[in-house]
Parts: sequence; structure tokens; C-alpha cells
Amino acid sequence: MEGIVGYGAYIPRNRIKVEEIAKVWGADAPSYKKGLILEEKSVPSPDQDTITMSVEASKNALKRAGIDPIDIGAVYVGSESHPYAVKPSGTVLAEALGATPEVHTADFEFACKAGTEGMFVALNLVKAGIVTYGLGVGADTSQGAPGDALEYSAAAGAAAFIFGRDKVVAEVLDTYAYMTDTPDFWRREYEYYPQHGGRFTGEPAYFKHVIGAAKGIMNKAGMQAGDFNYVVFHQPNGKFPFRAGKILGFSRQQIEPGWLVNKLGNTYSGSSPLGLTATLDIAKPGDNILLVSYGSGAGSDAFILKVTSRIDAVRNLAPLTRELLNNNKKYLEYGEYAKFREKIRKAD
Amino acid sequence: MSTPSRYWREIPQRYRLEANSCTKCKQKFFPPRLICPECGSRDLVKTKIAEKGKVISYTIIRVPPSQFKDQAPYAVGVIELDDGVKLMGQIVDCDFEDLKLGKRVKIEFRKLFKKGHSGILCYGYKFVPDS
Ligand SMILES: [Zn+2]
Repeated sequence: MEGIVGYGAYIPRNRIKVEEIAKVWGADAPSYKKGLILEEKSVPSPDQDTITMSVEASKNALKRAGIDPIDIGAVYVGSESHPYAVKPSGTVLAEALGATPEVHTADFEFACKAGTEGMFVALNLVKAGIVTYGLGVGADTSQGAPGDALEYSAAAGAAAFIFGRDKVVAEVLDTYAYMTDTPDFWRREYEYYPQHGGRFTGEPAYFKHVIGAAKGIMNKAGMQAGDFNYVVFHQPNGKFPFRAGKILGFSRQQIEPGWLVNKLGNTYSGSSPLGLTATLDIAKPGDNILLVSYGSGAGSDAFILKVTSRIDAVRNLAPLTRELLNNNKKYLEYGEYAKFREKIRKAD
Repeated sequence: MSTPSRYWREIPQRYRLEANSCTKCKQKFFPPRLICPECGSRDLVKTKIAEKGKVISYTIIRVPPSQFKDQAPYAVGVIELDDGVKLMGQIVDCDFEDLKLGKRVKIEFRKLFKKGHSGILCYGYKFVPDS
């Protein structure tokens, strides 16, 4: 059966703590930390972007897949921070991996859901027999406006998945998509920072779609919360995934292995995909995993995965997600962070 | 790497570390050569350079060329890769006090620089600590 043959993660080393941001804006750090269940977030270096992180995450996926990159027939990068307005991220990625020129490439955009969209299409091209292997990547170097609530969470990271038919480490048993037109978060052309609907981003947006997609796929597959060893939800803050889990009947133990947001922040298109790489890192053969993404605008993609016995052979061929999260960290002060994120207006 | 066309020509080396080696004397060349300078053979095959190595010299750049201004101060080093190829490049994600001769490093894909506000983005390899 078709599924994931290799997976990989990438997280930049820089971090900034909630206290460091709150200090600058005169905000109350303890209430943000408690309200969002968030301690710190990742920050890209000036020489890192969606393209560079996609390349590193995909190379890690290739190490685990052990395939020749020339056999990858589709390369999709999902992000809301593609470095170019016009010129695909996917061409650089495909070229860096050595998958060119016989490869179909596209960039996806759907707020935080773009990563699972690329995965969805790559998987289905494999299922249709059109490509031997398909690569789907979720990556972002997201920006929140200075002082806005989003600034505490908008983070950077990437996760990559190679789909195929042989040597599968996790079969994809089912997929499902749930979508409506909901203006909870947006950014107009030429605007630097996004706008959001405040409390509107909760019930009618995140919860409606995440719960709709989770219930929909479980119905379709005839499964219940108790049939899953792990569940990964999109993680815009620390609180939302646990609340969604509670409504759906999942326990903390099912959520926690893929819950990275308290130390990572919201990596947007990379968020639930990185939760999946962290979960695959600890999963055992036979485990069932439910993955539900969320993208503002708004919609969720859901996947049911069944881990195979091959997982034990490939797990340690590339860095584990929690190693990337916990090792070689560097804490930034707000000034350095503002410089790294180009928040400072300079002369030419 | 000043024009899009020059950047484009260097993509196989900058992105994929493509090299070649002489089938007669086994010498490896990066960037690739047409003729082996050791034995004169034209019988060269495509290969890649090793992705890991050690620092054999380094310096900290504090007054950089204009397109690297925002990155200063930064470290540049000569790295001896595990296949013997010597390569110069930036060493990043490494605090200067941890930078030592013999330090193990690996290649990572990074943005080298961008051409002003509207030009192309130039990507390629840099070195990071191999933990
Ligand atoms: Zn020779």
C-alpha cells in the first residue's frame, strides 16, 4: 500500500523567549505563557528561508528513504513565506536534491495548511501510478507584526515526506479534506504582516475545521479516537490542540509526542507536519496515527497512517525532530531577532 | 556569482557539490575539470564531494564585502573534506569561541546573499558544526 517511504525535519537553532518579546512591548509575559502555553519559538538566521529549510528537511527524508532522487517525479512545497513572489521554491528544491529535469513541481499556499496539501497531492499522484515517488514539504519562516499576539508564536521550521509504494514506513490508510470560506486570517498583496480576526480565529475557524476533518475521516474509515496511538493537530499555540483533542475524545498521551509548540512556536505550514515527524520518531510498528492540519481561510486536511516494521530501520538515519528542537540552541535578544527578521528600517 | 547566468552555471556545484574524478590517477576535482592536470587524461567521471570534514584554517570577517554586510561578523574557513578535497566557505551556527582547528563540520544549504531589494536570491553551501 502507498505511504511515506522517508520523512525528515529541519529546525533553525535560534530561539527567542516569550519574556524577551513581552519586555519590549510592555506586555505581561506570564499571562501570554499561560494563555498560549508557549515558552519560546524558533527564529531563522538571515541566511535561512523556506527554500533552505525545505532542502535540509528533504535531504533528511532522502536519507531515510534511501532512494535515488532522480526517481522523484513530483516536488511540492507548501508555505506562506515562499522567498520569491514570482519564481517557485520547488525548482530550487528539486535542483538541490538532483530530481531535475523530469519532475513536476509546484508551490502551494493555504496559510498553515499548505504543507499537508503538497503531501496530499504527492501521495495521490503515487496512488494514481503517475509518479514513482512524490515529495511533499511544509515549510515556513512566518512573521507576526511587532507587538501583535502572533509575534510570540510565528516560528520557522520544515518537514518533508517522500511518498511511494515500496519500502513504506507508514501506510496512508485514508485521507479527507474539510473546507469553507472563513476570513479568520489573511494578508493582502504587498502587505508585510498578516491580519487576523482575533477571537474569531477560534471556534468558527480552527475548531470547526479541525473537528470537522477529524470526525469526517474517522467516520469514513470507521475508526474512533481509541483506535489511534497518536494524534497530531495543527499547533497555532499550546492550548488549541489539547482542546480539540478533548472535544474529540483523545487523551494528552495521544497528543504529547507530536506536540512541539511550547518550545518551537507555530511553524505554520511546517506545524502539523513536524508534529508528524516527531511522532514517527517514537512510533512502533502497527501504531495508528491521525494527522489533522489547519489553514486559515479556512480548511483542514486529515490523514490516517499505519506505521510499518520498516520504521525501526530508518528512524536513526537522519536527525530526530526533538534533537533538532533541543540541541545547539542559541537564544536571541529582541534587537538581534529584529535584525534577523528584517524588522528594522535601514538606509540603502 | 554576480549575474543570474553565472549563478545558474554554478548550480551543479553550489547546490549538489558535483565534482569529477580521474579514472586513471583517481584524483578528485571540485569544481570539475575537463582534463586531469595530474596525468593529462580526459577520462573523467562525475562524482560528488564528501559532505563532512574538518576545519584546517579559519578567520573572522568583520569588514565584509557590501552584499555580506548584514552577516558580519562571520567566520570563513578552509575545510578538508573526508575525501581530501579542500574547500573554502562560511562557517555558520557556530559560536566563535567554539571554532577550533580540527573541528568537525558538515555542509548545509543556505542563502549566500541576495542581490539588493529586487535581484535574485543566491543559494549554496555553507558549513555548520557536525554534532
Ligand atoms: Zn589523472
